[in-house]
Amino acid sequence: MSVIILLLIASISVASLFLAAFIWSVKSGQYDDEMSPPMRMLLDDTTTQKKH
Amino acid sequence: MAFSTETKTTLHCFHCGDNCVPTNIVVAEKHFCCDGCKMVYEILNQTGMCDYYDLNQSPGATQKFKVRADKFSFLEDTAIEQSIISFKDEHQIHVTFYLPQIHCSSCLWLLENLHKLEPAIVLSRVNFERKEATIIFNYQRCNLRKVAELLTRIGYEPYISFSDMGKKRPGMDSGKIYRLGVAGFCFANIMLLSFPEYLGIDQKEENLFTFFRYLNVLLSLPVFFYSAGEFYNSAWQGIKQKFLNIDAPIVLAIWVTFSRSLYEIFTSSGSGYLDSMSGIVFFMLVGRVLQDRTQKKLSFERDYTSYFPVAVTKVSGPDAITVALQDIQLGDTLKIYDQELIPADAILTSGTALIDYSFVTGESIPVAKEMGEIIYAGGKQLGGTIELLVIKEVAQGYLTSLWNKDAFKEDLTKDRSFVHALSYWFTWGVLLISFTTGLYWYFTNISVMWNAMTAVLIVACPCTLLLGNSFTNASILRIFSSHKFYLRNAAVIEKLAAADTLIFDKTGTLTTRAYQTVLYEGRPLTDAYKKKIGILASQSTHPLSNAITNWAGVLRGGPVFAFEQIPGSGIEGMVEDDLISMGSSLFVRGKQELSATGAMVYVAVEGVYMGFFRLQNHYRKSIPSMLKRLTNKFKLLVISGDNDSERSYLRQLLGPSTDLYFNQQPADKLTIIEALHKTGSKTVMLGDGLNDAGALKQSHVGIAITDDTNNFTPASDAILDASKLSRLEQFIQLAKANKVIVMTAFIISIVYNMIGLSFAVQGLLSPMIAAILMPISSISILLISFGFTNLTAKWLSL
Repeated sequence: MSVIILLLIASISVASLFLAAFIWSVKSGQYDDEMSPPMRMLLDDTTTQKKH
Repeated sequence: MAFSTETKTTLHCFHCGDNCVPTNIVVAEKHFCCDGCKMVYEILNQTGMCDYYDLNQSPGATQKFKVRADKFSFLEDTAIEQSIISFKDEHQIHVTFYLPQIHCSSCLWLLENLHKLEPAIVLSRVNFERKEATIIFNYQRCNLRKVAELLTRIGYEPYISFSDMGKKRPGMDSGKIYRLGVAGFCFANIMLLSFPEYLGIDQKEENLFTFFRYLNVLLSLPVFFYSAGEFYNSAWQGIKQKFLNIDAPIVLAIWVTFSRSLYEIFTSSGSGYLDSMSGIVFFMLVGRVLQDRTQKKLSFERDYTSYFPVAVTKVSGPDAITVALQDIQLGDTLKIYDQELIPADAILTSGTALIDYSFVTGESIPVAKEMGEIIYAGGKQLGGTIELLVIKEVAQGYLTSLWNKDAFKEDLTKDRSFVHALSYWFTWGVLLISFTTGLYWYFTNISVMWNAMTAVLIVACPCTLLLGNSFTNASILRIFSSHKFYLRNAAVIEKLAAADTLIFDKTGTLTTRAYQTVLYEGRPLTDAYKKKIGILASQSTHPLSNAITNWAGVLRGGPVFAFEQIPGSGIEGMVEDDLISMGSSLFVRGKQELSATGAMVYVAVEGVYMGFFRLQNHYRKSIPSMLKRLTNKFKLLVISGDNDSERSYLRQLLGPSTDLYFNQQPADKLTIIEALHKTGSKTVMLGDGLNDAGALKQSHVGIAITDDTNNFTPASDAILDASKLSRLEQFIQLAKANKVIVMTAFIISIVYNMIGLSFAVQGLLSPMIAAILMPISSISILLISFGFTNLTAKWLSL
């Protein structure tokens, strides 16, 4: 039955990783501004000059 | 992109999208409404940043109002700089500016590409929701003033106010989120490990139970000591004030559950209820987090300091220096430029003062001040530059003293939610059942006594009441905010529901700020004269002149000769060979009009009196009908700082039972509300300006009305978009429904409790039954709260 114990330890460690990732994401301010990132990813970083 | 050349009738500015007339402000076939807009375009065009215009059509803000050249010179002062920046090392300065103009992806793109305009800028990052830009720059090659001026040049003038000084902005309360995350993690894992307990496993594997149970104890420790800390804190706060709030019985239930579970596990007599305990903590935290989610872009705490500038120009000897606001001393001479706020009570010593007090008093017409007259802080100078002698320090001015009144020290003991009272009686009921059960088993079968007593406490905790309350509040707040009605916190819902007296400010609340209704009486005017009057009026920045310009349909002024503006009297000038004068009766006709009410402008052409304009504030759409409906249900009051020219109209609209007050100073508004409170009225104040700020704080619920929720609003309990003011009645009705919905959820939860209790009193509560009852009751409460609130909102057509 030790295999169940091993599996449990593995599953809880994986879950802890997710918890750590969640805490990190809150800490790094990912939820402070939910509007700029979706806009930012659509903006091209062009250096070419466009004539108007 | 050449959308502006297609039609000749309506041209739009390429930069800001305002209407503009065909003029010579054209660059590369693009029309601009003013030189300011054109300049921004040219700056961006030179650096190849015209992507700005590709992303959105006319993304800029209008540049018609010029910013004074040395406006930001105060940023060179080291002490001021220190209080604004957030970080500084040998090379870099980090600073966060509030840029109210941010509104679209073009803004984001431009502001994050600032390094292309100024190489010394290392990084700029926009927080869209807060309308802030964090800029990192190399201060050996640039300085704070230059950065602020660069932002201003491209149309994003930073808003730097007195309240930014030496204060860290409050961040999001992430403590609750962490607690929630930990509780969720532990709850899910404990649930998983408890499955063998619920379903049973093979006889040979019984020893695994012990392992699972100990693992559960381990996993429940963070829930008990960390996640549930939220409830310990709030219960302890209540007990310190000798008050048992709803969190106290919840803490009791958590403790009883936890100790009984530990006892069972360590004596190998059972598996405990750790799954139910962590589950309920998790659900309650979800409710709290949803309820406390507030609008990040709004501030409910603004006081006068947010309105005042950081620094002003002080005249000392021959030079003018910039001083921080708190360094202004009695006897200082200040120089106030056009459109600047007067920071301290002062005497006018030179220049022509035309002070717009609408901020302070609600009076809509600017007043002219003579040399030697006192000008109170909060007024805004229109026109030229003036010099003032300070007679009171900033903190002691008339306006600022309104904020420092003792009345505003909030009393924490009053206005407690009905939920606490309910939970109080509920708790005593549960304790009674628990002891009766204990007593019964004491005489029949003493071995079951503790088991049954604790089971009652575990099953019948008022957590469903708390859940129902927080989820109902959360969904009401969500519905309100989808209608641009933002509450400071959930406690305001109940205060709003209790309201029986509605107090309205007039100017800016019931009416729009601008004069929109212009009536002409007198000799008929030909179209040519109408145009000439408009051209003359367009020369002045006075709000009455603006209204007449609009009335005449003049988009762009023509040539006016011998133009003269006499503050407080009127304007005069030659338009196409006609001498036109307009202004007060005394100025135009040489005699005082005694019967005049409200805003009147008299007109004479070539010295011949023609007639007068009567200007009226324009009532917001559907406000009159709303007021009519409200008169039957609430006691209404109108308190205005303006003159009483609208008295008869309002009287006819609101009927004889409504009290109307005119010419009220900010302090008078406070006194009226105080008097109403003495008679036991529950007041809701609706106002918009700083002049209502005292009244907004004094009343039970202060609602700040704003035309644009991005604008500044004074400190208040709620912020309401002016276009939704007519929904006020529905908002109050939904707030009233809150109590009914929470009670319904509570009664249903009692049914669940009865089922649980019937097992518990018999000493038969198995972890399995607890584990089934807990999520079912929690989730059904959740559905009831959300469902009923949304149904009610739909019924109220919100």
